[in-house]
Amino acid sequence: MTKTSFLKRDEAVGFAILALIIFIVFPLMLDDFRLNLFGKYLTYAFVAVGLVLCWGAGGILSLGQGVFFGLGGYCMAMFLKLEASTPEATAIQSTPGIPDFMDWNQISALPIWWQPFNSFGFTVLAILAVPALFSLIIGFAMFRRRVGGVYFAIITQAIAAIATILIVGQQGYTGGVNGITDLRTLMGWDIRPDSAKTALYFVNAVLLFACLFIAMAIRKSKFGRVLVAMRDAEDRVRFSGYDVASFKIFIFCVGAMMASVGGAMFTLQVGFMSPTIVGIVPSIEMVIFCAVGGRHSLLGAVYGALLVNWARTTLSESFPELWLFGLGGLFIAVVLAFPNGLAGLYDDYVKPRLKLSRRNHAAKPSNPQLAE
Amino acid sequence: MVQDNPNFILSVEDLTVSFDGFKAVNGLSFYIEPNECRVIIGPNGAGKTTVLDLICGRTRATEGSINFKGHELTRMREDQIVHAGVGRKFQTPSVYEDLSVYENLEISYPRGHSVFGALTFKRDADVNRRIREIAETIFLSDMLDERAGILSHGQKQWLEIGMLLIQDPELMMLDEPVAGMSVAERKKTAELLNRIIKDRAVIVIEHDMGFVADIATRVTVMHQGKRLSEGSMAHVQADPSVVEVYLGH
Amino acid sequence: MFSGYSLPELGAIFAMQGFAGLILFSVFVLMALGLAIIFGQMGVINMAHGEFMILGAYVTYLVSQAFATYAPALFGAYFFVAMVLAFCASGLLGMFVEWAIIRHLYKRPLDTLLATWGLSLILQQSFRSLFGAREVGVTIPSWMMGSLPLTDLIEVPINGIFVMVLALGISAAVYVMMFKSGWGRQVRAVTQNRTMAGAVGIDTERTDRLTFGIGCGVAGIAGAAFTMIGSTGPTSGQAYIVDTFLVVVFGGAASLLGTIASAFSISQAQSILEFFLSGSMAKVITLLVVVGILMLRPQGLFSIKLRK
Repeated sequence: MTKTSFLKRDEAVGFAILALIIFIVFPLMLDDFRLNLFGKYLTYAFVAVGLVLCWGAGGILSLGQGVFFGLGGYCMAMFLKLEASTPEATAIQSTPGIPDFMDWNQISALPIWWQPFNSFGFTVLAILAVPALFSLIIGFAMFRRRVGGVYFAIITQAIAAIATILIVGQQGYTGGVNGITDLRTLMGWDIRPDSAKTALYFVNAVLLFACLFIAMAIRKSKFGRVLVAMRDAEDRVRFSGYDVASFKIFIFCVGAMMASVGGAMFTLQVGFMSPTIVGIVPSIEMVIFCAVGGRHSLLGAVYGALLVNWARTTLSESFPELWLFGLGGLFIAVVLAFPNGLAGLYDDYVKPRLKLSRRNHAAKPSNPQLAE
Repeated sequence: MVQDNPNFILSVEDLTVSFDGFKAVNGLSFYIEPNECRVIIGPNGAGKTTVLDLICGRTRATEGSINFKGHELTRMREDQIVHAGVGRKFQTPSVYEDLSVYENLEISYPRGHSVFGALTFKRDADVNRRIREIAETIFLSDMLDERAGILSHGQKQWLEIGMLLIQDPELMMLDEPVAGMSVAERKKTAELLNRIIKDRAVIVIEHDMGFVADIATRVTVMHQGKRLSEGSMAHVQADPSVVEVYLGH
Repeated sequence: MFSGYSLPELGAIFAMQGFAGLILFSVFVLMALGLAIIFGQMGVINMAHGEFMILGAYVTYLVSQAFATYAPALFGAYFFVAMVLAFCASGLLGMFVEWAIIRHLYKRPLDTLLATWGLSLILQQSFRSLFGAREVGVTIPSWMMGSLPLTDLIEVPINGIFVMVLALGISAAVYVMMFKSGWGRQVRAVTQNRTMAGAVGIDTERTDRLTFGIGCGVAGIAGAAFTMIGSTGPTSGQAYIVDTFLVVVFGGAASLLGTIASAFSISQAQSILEFFLSGSMAKVITLLVVVGILMLRPQGLFSIKLRK
């Protein structure tokens, strides 16, 4: 009770099963195209894991996670675009050596704020630092003034709207509505062939597990318990001597950075970044990935992201008009019927039976678990 | 009027708070000595809870000053006030229902309160010993692993007192600590409070006059946001203006 | 950005853009009124509010088609029939939604947000299936066409004036209903203390359902007005939802006057900026300023200090 190891047995098994699925089952079962697709789904899992921390544990519902996803994605895309826009490759432009969309928009020199993205080191730093700084500013302004709950959700949603309009409107600098496309190499390594995509899938998976472990460590620390306490009785936490705002700012920053890493991996695996992934609609859909998995369950978030995106691809391939009904219904069902998502269903229905069968068949191994 | 007298641990002077023109506390002054147990009584709506809210930073004063050991509390954040040495118990028991009793106490343990501190906090032997000690004091030794949500009303009140106790504040403020308790629980709580108020200054809001007479060093009577009377229990009971307020209407 | 315009020209630009802004203001006010009832009074986040508005717009479209086909002589009056029907359609759907979804979620505001977002997706797809993905427009009756010349440079369109008068009339009606009628008192009693209101004999369930229904019904009227100034598509409502929420929050959620004042300032700022900057930058700047002010003053422009 007072001394706990880092992972309980159940949790360790849950992690192992997820690792098995992501590292072995998917690569073996799926063709290159599908594997790349699942890699894309998994980039959304970064956002969902961050949301479990912010929303599930901290009670902070951000409807602007797409912005952070986009920040990471755009940082990476800027780097890749600059690498693809060598003077040789862009010789036919009126200004060779700058990204094609800038040339189309009569911009004749690379803007100053694009220039550092020639460096990969700077780009990696920016992928972490830009969303951190941005979320710090938002978090500081909002949480210090005790804005939370619904108001926070609405304002983050407005920020998502602003970001999209801005990116679309400033097409000379951002590629506009098409986004930044035609990305080719990462430091000379061609990211387009299937072999590269498979490699990126594994890089993505490793990073995702790193995020999961960080999230788990936060939840298991006293910080995690303070978050739960804040959700129960925020005032009491304050009068136990905690500066509630700085805890919220921190967890919001962590969520934003995770989303950003996911966005960067999205750009690498999909080969472009566009404002359609930043706006209100994708941002709120990211919340549903988390809700479907179970807003309190880190592993559930990954399953949620996989399941909803897979359902979207499958349904919209065969019945495009049904998909929105399905997604809409999912939003309503997850809130009304199973607010704890897949993880909740697992806890309520599967776990008791597993325990029962474990008792019955003394040492038989249990079935694959859905969530922690 | 005595200002910054070192004999006082808390000096409240000309304290006023107004909500859209309604003055819930109006020009209130009082002084607390170290190791004193002050009970604030008064009819409903007299502004008693608001006074505690003002001292612990939950509500901001419109005018006046609250000086605690040289700190001007009216300008400090809640958590800073706690670290200065003020603890507060709420009227309705306020514990973390989703956490265990142990974890409830652990959160109040006075270490690792910054973001980084909380991330790196370790349950060492000191923490463990202190939590068990407190649990013993608040009659919850057997319940350490239980979720706080399943505790009875009285047990929650004790747990919250325990959470205060582990902070070891120099000034402890209790808002109706025995309200809603059974007779047996009430007796046990009185015993508990009598034990823990010894080494510190305490402000208690209470309606139960028997209980008040039992613990109070001095009593302050509030009415309509103002101080009506102050002194020993016998003194205020004999004060005709107090009798008027309680029985006059 | 003012260079190249003479003073009278600038005056005319401000007046014309200001008037264009007044039409935007009317739509904002009508949308926001419904939300101010639902969010401000009930604390429910209705992300499908835009779709309730669009339902009203589609009803108006259908009524105009019906009048054109069956009663062309009365075409000039179709709008008034459409308005009533739009109110009823959106209101009834609202009451149904309250019964099916919202009433289970009064204690979980963030969850209503998600559920109503889901509802908005379903409604959008229903519109698409029923009316097609293409935008539809109504024929504006002839008496609403044309404009009134005020000076040589300034002309104001009649449909704009009509929409504005409508917005103000409905605001007045909502104000009377919420703050002067016995029913409004019941609504406020229920939203402030559900248990107590129930205890003194108010049918809280019925009050909630009616309140939500009326909020949605007002959105339906907004939709009818919307057809006067724009065409209607399945996702037209979504474009307004963020703006409308900002209008309500910016005004101070519980204040009707605040809602109107904030709708006015946001629409005017946007409309006047639009002339000098590109439309998207005008919107970005307006939204940024609103978000910035909300960060400094989260309670909105108008609010009451309460004893905690």
